[in-house]
Amino acid sequence: MNNLDSTQWTKQRNQQWLRQIASYLLLTFLAFIFIAPILFMIVGSLKPDELVLSEASTLKAFIPQQISLQNYRDVFERVKFEKFLFNSLFINGTIVLLGLIVNSLAGYAFARLRWRGRSLLLIIVVALMILPLEAIAVPLFFQFTFLGLRNTYIAQIVPFIANAFSIYLFYTFFADLPQELEEAARVDGASPLRTFVEIIVPVSKPVFATVAILTFLSEWRSLLWALMITIDERVRPLPLAIATFQTLPPTQWGDIMSFGVMMVAPILIVFLLFQKWFVKGVASTGTKG
Amino acid sequence: MFGGGCGRNALLNNALFALVIVPIQTTLALGLALLLNRPLKGMALFRTLFFMPVVFPMALVSVIWTIIYAPGSDGMMNAFLRFMTLGFWQPQDFLHDPVLALPAVMLLSIWQGVGFQMVIILAGLQSIPTSLYEAAAIDGSDRWNQFRYITLPQLRNTLIFVVLVTTILSFRLFDSVRIMTRGGPNDATTTVMNEAIKAAFDQQKMAKGSAITVIFFLIVLVITLLQRLLVQEEKAIE
Repeated sequence: MNNLDSTQWTKQRNQQWLRQIASYLLLTFLAFIFIAPILFMIVGSLKPDELVLSEASTLKAFIPQQISLQNYRDVFERVKFEKFLFNSLFINGTIVLLGLIVNSLAGYAFARLRWRGRSLLLIIVVALMILPLEAIAVPLFFQFTFLGLRNTYIAQIVPFIANAFSIYLFYTFFADLPQELEEAARVDGASPLRTFVEIIVPVSKPVFATVAILTFLSEWRSLLWALMITIDERVRPLPLAIATFQTLPPTQWGDIMSFGVMMVAPILIVFLLFQKWFVKGVASTGTKG
Repeated sequence: MFGGGCGRNALLNNALFALVIVPIQTTLALGLALLLNRPLKGMALFRTLFFMPVVFPMALVSVIWTIIYAPGSDGMMNAFLRFMTLGFWQPQDFLHDPVLALPAVMLLSIWQGVGFQMVIILAGLQSIPTSLYEAAAIDGSDRWNQFRYITLPQLRNTLIFVVLVTTILSFRLFDSVRIMTRGGPNDATTTVMNEAIKAAFDQQKMAKGSAITVIFFLIVLVITLLQRLLVQEEKAIE
């Protein structure tokens, strides 16, 4: 009896062990496929331009022979990269900061205050969540052109501060908070605004982090609106900049790769540092939906 | 206004795109999430690696993949396919081929989007109580049945959410098309948004551009409502 048990047990252990190895192999293979384009970009940015294309079909695409930072220098010589980076950071940062303030207040109002038309407005907010930017892009464009605000920072910031999805995230979070916290403040005679700032906000760090990350992520990547509303380089953000850079003669792929690396480095670093928050934020949208 | 084929082509492409991308991307995301849903070491690292493409702006993704799709045997995609088919693959010019252009754009969208869905599904997987699986194991059910009768039903809401969001996002297809193919060889890859922008900006036909976006929104609204209706019905039956 004992002998049978122990051989069965080792067999199971071996099977498990094999399954684990297989999983790791599969995952590594898949991970490599996912990372390949990114590696290609990074390595390509360190190579002389001709080699980027000609070595693309071999493993040399992923292993640089001689590392050189010449491409990075080229980018700065050819276009004003600092300006584009500043524009993106400024526009995005402002959208996120102002958005946190505006959307959290709105979410709190929906969660805790009662006023006429509240239910209707809430339904409208939920309905607006599915409205993509594209649906209102052209009319919005007209509005801003009419106001003479084409090619400005304002045009790239203001339409994106209030966000139905952010409001909804704040609303559901605040609604779930226990009322006792605020009751104490109300007894002391504090106004809703004070209650909000001094009691609710400190407790709500997760939702603020989630909204900040999601907003930053989605705005950093947007191309369409910048394409429509900007005309010259002065307020142009990074995604549009790389699209135009790619068409700028001569087409030097090494330079384009280093442009790409510099463009994605900020958000990649932020992502790697705050991974846990990123993943939590994205995952939590699934549980709320 | 939808004069000629261009409006129809765009709608057709959007529909095709959504119908292909949503199932493939969701299945892939589900598969990856299942693989990662174990207490093995290094899962967090893999999760990070799979999620990385999500962080990239579509504009950048399009630029990189333009090179990957380079025609001729020097192109990375061509070389890769030649390797996988043991030499049978002939080099193609993906972005200029009316048949291959749209799938090429689909592939890069999937590459960029899978990580996002995977993370959501993984969170959903991890919220399924292990006691359910233990009970099933005691009853003697095998892994496939466990998957069918425990995992999938528990994931229903998460999967529905993911499908909804991906569908809506797929209709917004613009960045990659604009940068890589400009609507593709003979409108093979043009999308509704691309047509709208083309009309409004390249052709200076503002009214047409506006009209296109309005109709587009109505279509997306109808599809979203339809999807939600289907979902509500399922919830009611439960």
